[in-house]
Parts: sequence; structure tokens; C-alpha cells
Amino acid sequence: MSPLRKQRLAAVLFILFGSGLTIGVVLFALQENVDLFYEPQKVVGGDAPIAKRIRAGGMVEKDSLVYEPEGLGVSFVLSDLRGSRFEVRYKGLLPGLFREGQGVLVVGQLDTSRVFYAKEVLAKHDENYMPPELVGMGSES
Amino acid sequence: MGSIKDAFHRMGSPRFFYLGSSLWVRGLYVGGIVSLVIGSFWGLVLAPPDKYQGDSFRIMYMHVPSAHLAEMVYFACAVAGFVYVVWRMKMADVFIAAAAPVGAILTSLSLVSGILWGMPTWGTGWVWDMRTTSVLVLLFLFFGLIALRQAIPRLDRAAYSVAILALVGVVNIPIIKYSVVWFTTLHQPASITFVNEPTIETSMLWPLLVNSIGLYIFVAGVILAAMRVEVLKREQATEWVRTITRSMQR
Repeated sequence: MSPLRKQRLAAVLFILFGSGLTIGVVLFALQENVDLFYEPQKVVGGDAPIAKRIRAGGMVEKDSLVYEPEGLGVSFVLSDLRGSRFEVRYKGLLPGLFREGQGVLVVGQLDTSRVFYAKEVLAKHDENYMPPELVGMGSES
Repeated sequence: MGSIKDAFHRMGSPRFFYLGSSLWVRGLYVGGIVSLVIGSFWGLVLAPPDKYQGDSFRIMYMHVPSAHLAEMVYFACAVAGFVYVVWRMKMADVFIAAAAPVGAILTSLSLVSGILWGMPTWGTGWVWDMRTTSVLVLLFLFFGLIALRQAIPRLDRAAYSVAILALVGVVNIPIIKYSVVWFTTLHQPASITFVNEPTIETSMLWPLLVNSIGLYIFVAGVILAAMRVEVLKREQATEWVRTITRSMQR
């Protein structure tokens, strides 16, 4: 390789390294802000701010979904399946994919007793795809 | 060794490239379209519906290949930018010029299909999570590659600037890929990885693979055809291009 090309090669590698490092450091510094939602552990642990519009996510706990006798109000518990759990109250239509055991994302506010008042509920689909006749078989966690 | 080096030099020659690639374009178009038709019919009609999503999951047969190809086309642009900056190979720049619009279209397809899938599945078409945002950045990078070239009249300067932009932008590719691992996102993690078994049931996985390979082949054909046009444009003053255009007019 000629000296000129070697020099260009070094310059290119430097550019790649420099831009990679810059973006890496920025992402590392912003990690908290880049996360889309608070996980249950952070909601329970007090990392999530109270009375501010935030997003939180978790799995809808089995047998925790309660419909209010009148109206569209529901309440359910979101957990990370590792012991952290918090209650969510919501009034409105739930997304079609919403069910117990499903990961969901809620947008709203926490009150001082760590109950989450959701204005919006989004279903977070996981990476598993299977036809209906295989329900209950295989790797369902 | 000699023949490999010769082949490399010949590939760098616009004339050899143009004359040698015409059959390739047809072959790639036929192969790509045939696999896309098979894969789409298989995925949209024959494959079973998803347990929870029903039929709306079928959008992935378009979403996943186009998103994957968009990333790959950008990565190829960055490699071509590398080759251009170090070796000043003209064909590398021809590749970026031809591939950038194709990449922009693929990225748009993946964004639009993602929004259409998100509306029934998530309950919203768009969230500013790291995956969706970084793919939007990818779209703007492709726009940047196109716009930067048009903004600089001198061909070699434009080629150099575009190559540098393509190189710098490549840091976005690992961000897209690992955004769903490093950060909390609404977008799900990858179902198909190198290390683990796919988490898509086999009868749903096959059409996805056929469509992905089909799109690879088809996109290769489209980029090759666009490169041929670009070569003709750039070499229009040369004798061999004039001979070709004269024979076409007759």
C-alpha cells in the first residue's frame, strides 16, 4: 500500500473511532433519558418522579385485572416478575393485545402512594410469534 | 493472486462494469421477484395467523426484510465510502450514488409498515423510542447522502464528502441493531439472532426468510441497474458510451 493510501486509511480509521467514541459517550451520558419507560423496579424504588407525566412499563400480573362495575375504569398490577410491582388505574379503551401476562406501557402520573394513574395504555408485543393451535406448547414463559 | 488483482481493477473500470453487468441485472430481477412472490404468497396466505395479533402480524413479511435491507444498504454505502476515501475507486462512489435513493425507499417502507403495524398492535403508530428514532435518523442519513451530492457541483469533491458522511453515519447501524437491547423501548427485541433459536414458529419463519432473501436479490438488481445508468451518465463523453447510445438510437 502506498504511503498516501496508508495515510488515508489512518485518517478514515480515526474518523470512525472518533465518531463512534463521541456517540458512545453521549449515549452513555444520556442513558437515563434515552430509556423510553421506567421499569417496575424504578417505580417501586423511587427513581420515577411523582406527579409528573412519565411512562412506565411491565407485565400485567395474572389475576390482577379488575373492571369497575360501571364505566370503562380498570385497574391492574404491573410487575417485572422479579418482585417489583405497582398498581395502575386507567379509564378508557384498552389496546386489542391487552391481556394478563402481556407486557404493556402506561403513560400517566404516579401519586404519592405509588399508584399509577394512566392516561394511555400501549401493548408491548414481545418477540414471540406462534399460531393459535400451539398455545400452551413449547417455550411459553 | 494476479487474477484477483486483475478482477479488482476491471471491476473498477466503468466500461468493463457496464458491459459485464447487463445479464446480471436480469438474473437478479427474475430471482428476486420470483422469491418475493413465493415468500409473500406463503406469508400472506398460507402461514397461520398469530395467536394474539391475528392477521396483522403479516405486516412483518414486508417490515422485517425492508428494515434489514435498509441497514445493510447503508452499511454497504459505508464500506464503499471507505474504499473511495482510501483508494479513490470511482465505482465505489457510483455505488453510493445508486444505492442512497434505494436505501431511502427501503427505510421509508420499514417506517410506514412499522407504523401500520403499531396502530393495531401497540395502540399507537409512533413512539420516540430508541429503535424508531434511530431508524428515522437512518432515513435522514440517506437523504443527506443524496442532498450532499447535489449540493456540490464538482464530481470528485462531492464523492469525497459523500464518502465521509457515509462513513461517519455508520455508527448509527449498531445503535439501530442494539437499541432494543441497551435501552427500554416499545419495539420488541429481535426474533432472529445468530446465537439463539428463532422465537418465530417455523411455519411463520420460512416465508420471512424467503422474502428476506428475495429482497436481498431484488435490491441488488435495482442497485446494479441504477449503477449502470450512473456509469452511462458519467462516461457520456467517452467513445464507448457514444457507440452504445448510437446503436440504441438505430
